[in-house]
Parts: sequence; C-alpha cells; structure tokens
Amino acid sequence: MQGQSDNNSLRRQQQRQTLADAFLKMLPADAVIFREEELVPYECDGLSAYRQVPLIVLLPYDTGQVQTILRYCHTNKIPVVARGAGTGLSGGALPHEDGVLLSLARLNKILEVDQSNLRARVQPGVRNLAISDAARSHGLYYAPDPSSQIACSIGGNVAENAGGVHCLKYGLTVNNLLEVTLITIEGERITLGGGGLDSPGLDLLALMTGSEGMLGVVVEVLVKLLPIPAKAQVILAAFDEVEAAGNAVAAIIASGIIPAGLELMDNLSLRAAEAFIHAGYPVEAAAILLCELDGSEEEVAVSVKFVCSILKQSGASKVRISKDDTERQRFWAGRKAAFPAVGRISPDYYCMDGTIPRKRLAMVLKKIAEMSQRYDLRCANVFHAGDGNLHPLIIYDANIPGELEKAEKFGGEILELCVAVGGTITGEHGVGLEKINQMCAQFPDAELEIFHAVKAAFDPHNLLNPGKAIPTLSRCAEFGAMHVYAGQLRFPELERF
Amino acid sequence: MGGNQDISEALQADVVQAAESGQQLCLQGGRSKDFYGRELIGEPFDLNQHRGIVDYEPTELVVTARGGTPLTEIEAALAAQHQMLPFEPPHFTEASTIGGAIASGLSGPRRPWFGAPRDLLLGIKLLDGRGQILNFGGQVMKNVAGYDLSRLMAGALGTLGILLEVSIKVLPLPPQETTLLFEADAENAHAITQRMCLDAAPISGSCHMDGQLYIRLECDETRVLQLRNRFGGELVEDAEMFWRALRDQQFAFFQTDVPLWRLSMPPAADFGLPGKQLIEWGGALRWFKGDHSMEAIRSAVSATGGHVTLFRNGDRNGEIFHPLNPTIAFLHQRLKRVFDPKSIFNSGRLYPE
Repeated sequence: MQGQSDNNSLRRQQQRQTLADAFLKMLPADAVIFREEELVPYECDGLSAYRQVPLIVLLPYDTGQVQTILRYCHTNKIPVVARGAGTGLSGGALPHEDGVLLSLARLNKILEVDQSNLRARVQPGVRNLAISDAARSHGLYYAPDPSSQIACSIGGNVAENAGGVHCLKYGLTVNNLLEVTLITIEGERITLGGGGLDSPGLDLLALMTGSEGMLGVVVEVLVKLLPIPAKAQVILAAFDEVEAAGNAVAAIIASGIIPAGLELMDNLSLRAAEAFIHAGYPVEAAAILLCELDGSEEEVAVSVKFVCSILKQSGASKVRISKDDTERQRFWAGRKAAFPAVGRISPDYYCMDGTIPRKRLAMVLKKIAEMSQRYDLRCANVFHAGDGNLHPLIIYDANIPGELEKAEKFGGEILELCVAVGGTITGEHGVGLEKINQMCAQFPDAELEIFHAVKAAFDPHNLLNPGKAIPTLSRCAEFGAMHVYAGQLRFPELERF
Repeated sequence: MGGNQDISEALQADVVQAAESGQQLCLQGGRSKDFYGRELIGEPFDLNQHRGIVDYEPTELVVTARGGTPLTEIEAALAAQHQMLPFEPPHFTEASTIGGAIASGLSGPRRPWFGAPRDLLLGIKLLDGRGQILNFGGQVMKNVAGYDLSRLMAGALGTLGILLEVSIKVLPLPPQETTLLFEADAENAHAITQRMCLDAAPISGSCHMDGQLYIRLECDETRVLQLRNRFGGELVEDAEMFWRALRDQQFAFFQTDVPLWRLSMPPAADFGLPGKQLIEWGGALRWFKGDHSMEAIRSAVSATGGHVTLFRNGDRNGEIFHPLNPTIAFLHQRLKRVFDPKSIFNSGRLYPE
C-alpha cells in the first residue's frame, strides 16, 4: 500500500509539473502557482471542514488570460474550479484534486461608476463593499450586503446569488444585476443581460446567477446602484420568548410594511455577539429582533412609530431605536459578526442555510431545539427572519472523534425539516459540496436529470466545478438507503407540501 | 370568474401524445398577446381551463396560481388583502392569464422600481415537452438549491414548457399614490426624472409623451409637498385610469398599424433617430415609431448597450427579437432540446428554429 501511495504522489507531482510547464508558456510566471506550500492556502473556502489541495492555482491578470486557461483546460479535459475571495460557506470553491483552481482575485478593478444610469461596471474580484464605497460620493450604493461583504467578491456573489440583511426589501444578487460577461468552458466570451432592464431571448442571466461556477466563469459584472436613502433607523426589540419574536415578524409583514432588514438572533447568538462586538444587545433576552426602516426623514419617523407599536403589541419586553447612524451601524455590527462571534465561543461551528415559510418559524425553531438536545450539541440561531432564511450554527469540536459527523447529521436533519415544511435546503449560501446529499431530499430524479442536462448544455464534458451543486442519481440512490425520500419517515407528524 | 380546476393530467396526456406524433402545439391562454413574438405555429392548445388560485397567504407575501388563472381574478384576490403583483403586468385584454403574463416576461410602469416577472417569480410547476411534470424553485423568498430554472421560463414565450403553476412574490399596495404632471421636452423630462431618482423619491411610474411628463409617486402628502417644492409639477386627479391605459397600451400612440418598436436601453442614453417616441421606465423603455430600417434602429440602440423588439405590426415572420450572438444562440438551441426535445411547444415564436 505504501508503495502505491508513493506512486500516486509521484504521478501527481509529474502531472503538476506538466501543467505548470504548459501554463508558464501562456501566462506570466507569477500567475502560475504550483509549489505545494504555496498551494495550501487555497485548499478550502469558508467551509474549512472540507479541504483539498489543487493540482495547480492560476491567478490571471485579465480576461484574455482567463480565456487562454479555459481553452487549454477544455482541450485537455482538465477540471476547473473558479474562486473569488473564498468566503463561500458551502464548499463551492473547494479545489478539484486533479484540476486547476482559477482565482479571479486579480481582476479587481472598478471600471466605471455611472451615476446618470445608476450602475457600476466592475471586475469579478472587486469586493462587495468596495462597490458601495466607490459609489458613495455619487450618492449611490449597491444593495445586496452579505455578512461577509468586507471580504467577499462580486464574482462569487453572482455565482452564489448572494443575499444579505437588506434583501427583504432590495432583493438578492439576481435582482440587482444588469449584465454579466463570462467565459464559457470553450473559452468563448459571452455577455448576458445588457444595458437595458431586460434582454432578448431566454433569461440566461437569471440562469447564470447562483449557478455556482458550473456554467461559466464570470469576468465582468454590471450592477445596479440605488440612491442612498436620506434616513435609516434600526429598532432593537427584546423578547422573553423566541416564539413571540417569530410572531412579531409575521405581524410586521401583515401590517403592510416591508422593512429594509428584519433579523432575529436567539439568546446564544446575541450573547456571543455582545461579548465580541459590544453592540449594546440585552443579554438577558430570549431573542432580539433588529428591524431597519429607511426612506425620507418623515417617512421613517412615521414607520418607526408604527412598527414600535406592533412590536410592543407582539410582546416585546424592550424596544430601542437607534439614535444616530453610529448606533445603527453598531446594532448591525453585532448581527453581521454573529458567525465569527459564535466561532469565539466554540471550537468549531457548522452553519446551515435552510429557508422556510415564515409561518413555520416558531415550530421549526422548537424542533431544532429538540434536535440540539438529542444530538447533545449546542445550536445558535441567527437569521433573516423577514425572508424565513435560517442560519442555525451548530457548535461542535472537531478534535473530539465523531463530533463533526454528528454535527453534519444534525445539520442534515435541519435541512430535511426545512424541505418537509415547504422550504428549501439553501436560501443564499449555495449547495456546493456541503449540501449535495440534501439535494436528493429536495429534488426527485426527473428534476435532477434536467439539472444535469442544463449543465451539459453549457459544459458537455463536465469540467467546470465538477461534482458540486447537483448530485448524481447514483449518489442519491446511495443516500436514499439511509434517508427516506421527501421525509416519509422523518417528521411524520408534519403536514406535507 | 372564480373557476377552479386542475386539468394537469389531461394536459399531460395530450402533451405525451403530441410528443409521440410530433404534433406542434401553439400554447394559448387568454390570447391577449397573440400579436407579440413571431408567427404562431401549430395546433392551438388551450390552457384556460387549468385555472384557480392554489395557495395565497398574505403574510407569506406569495401567491400560487394555475397558469390559466385570469390576471383579473388574481389581482382582485390580492387587492382584497391590500396587496398587488409588483410587476404590474399588462392585460391588453380582459382574458389575459397569469401564465401568459409570466411567459411573456412583460411588465408595466412599476418595473424599474419593483422588478419584472423574472424578479418576482419564486417557483413553477412545469409540464415539459416529454410530458413530465417538474417542480423548480418554491414558495419561499430565497432559494438557491439547483439552477434557477423558474426564472428562465419568464419571457421564454412558452418555448420551454407549459407553466402549470407559478408562485409569485407579492407586495403590499402602497397606502397612497399621487401623480404629478410636468410640461417638459424629452431632455428636461429626463433631467427631472433623474434628479427625483437620485433624491430617492418613491417613484412607481414615469411616462413622457407629447411634451408632458407624468410621474407616479407612492408616498404621503407631506412627502409629495416636499417633492413638489423641490421639483415642481401639478397634481393629476384620477390618475389611476391614466396608468392603466398606459400599461395596456390604450393610448392613441399605440393604436397604429405601422411597426411599433420597443427599445430597451440605459435610461440616460441618447437615441438619435428622428421619430415619435413614448418614454417609460425613467428612460429605460422607449416606444418608437419612425420610418427607418430595422438595421438602422438596431444599430442605434445596440450602440447604447440596449436591444430592440418589433413589438407590434411589421413582418411577424421576420426577426422580431434582437439577433443573438452565435454562442448564445447555440445555448438557446441546446436548452430548448433539454426541455422540449421534439420541439412541440411554440416552435419559432422566439427565434427561428
């Protein structure tokens, strides 16, 4: 066995050297990374439970070089995994053992901020927040704001259809794009969408958004910008029971108000965030709601008063209103840092992303609490309550043998519960490698076959990010042996959808 | 009104048979948009009887309805709960259905601020060209599991399959609407609209024609007063009829038998050709009548990054939609084969096959 593994390692070294030699002829020397120690930083994305050192990493400087790389990979049938900032939480940018990891980090220029047409043209490696920073002097901003917005790149946002705390009112990435230029696996440059609000033919821009790097490589993005609202205020409401907070969310929506953001944190997560950020959260509360309202000065004054009264009627024990923009930012800072904050109180955590109909919120939270006891693993809940997008954070210790597997099982059960109540396994983080088994719970074979056929329409040889996002039917059959389709055994008490 | 029946099994059987015999089908809902797209080909296939609201819970902000449900029925159900279809779909006639509204991808005056069918469509139940009933997307606001094949159906003009059911995000009706009228030429009209946009004014419609600019606002009197103090504009009484007539193209401008061109372009872009224009969407949508060749109009609009559709009249057998880059055209053909391998649905309605 030892001899065989040495052989494998030797063969891998040879493959790596061959590829490096080939790419060094086509690309600048510093665009080709092939020394083992320099490859290690690329072995995982934001989901560090999965690691794989790629055969080689390429860091092109321009679109032409991206085309060259893809043409070569297409001709030689080499798998390619595109990577933005590597902040993804589902293992979507996990390298392929025998493939190229294509980093778009050097395509990082903001090409134009066009105030008169309310848009910005940017390269894929530009950070999400950098777009709003560049637009600010024009009185504009880019609305989708994933919590990782300081670091995550717009190319990755397109690949994952990223959301954020403000997408309740302003939509997801797919609702804020005008045009995407991408390179096909054959190395062809195509532009989807356009300068107008719609484009001719099938909406390939929508199809491309959230396709997890499986259909093409994004090299340029035209995003919509919005005028910065004159005023924004956050209401922080504390509740003695999580269920009451959940009901308050429904009451706000029912009243005809769509807040700019509406987030819920349970006691474990708000205490972790408070200890980390000192956002001023009431640590004794069972849950808090953060509700942002924006608009003109007068509009905000009226709606803040209205929402405060709804919150009190819904049983809020304490209601605070941000007194200035600094305090508003601080309220959000705690929420946006919730994942790392939980990271500080736990050796490891595993973040879920299921989305459910809002009316199921209280019931699903209760079930998660029961599972937490059964698996004997703590679970913090932070989520986009307005959208019904949950982020249970399962706390575990990878150093304890079997605990990661237990956490994964717990997570899998949460996702299957989300499907059973009429929701989805992922609202904004993507399937990647992480949730690939749960795709079998969400989609029957016929739909999965269509997904594979769509993939083949763009990438017949399955070279772009192979093995991610869509499970093979045989994988689902294997998974089905231990899991029962559509939750027929699990959660038998639930009404089916 | 109010009919509620599920005939998906019968439709499925018919489609299976058509796929076996290679019979091409011309999908028909309320037939309110027969004029749109390329020539109708195939055996008329009526989808009107598959109708009714399947699920609607106002606090979830989602309505699910069968494709043949009349728009009027859905809008009445939503209005009773003070909600609306945010993309303000054109009806054109009273028979217009939700399936057709999604399949056409067309939106009304609210579109730049509230989105198009593709933005609001959350999920579908699709009957594909093999006769399979498939579910994509769902009824929740955020869903990135699998490719987004729901949104791909919006604007596909039925070429990929039959929309048995659609789930659409809805929004609260604005508590108040006000319309302001400005006397302005096209250039001034654009300047006013743009300054109001940058001022984050709650605009939900704009229309410029015959030297007059109409702006619809969704806000209370205080804000309207503020905006009028800054930008001017006269209050328009009973403006609801105006926006409905615009949405359904009932103005004299649209009553024509000459080619009516739909130009989709960046709002501030200059379109240099002389002719009669009606401008919506803050400049992003322009209806154009003018004595120019298709090539001249296309090249003028392409130069701005936009595209052109021959919306009404003209040669319905020709190139109605902007030509596609060859790689993209090839992807269209491959996707068509994925969903409708025998090419039985609305063959050639979008592009020649």
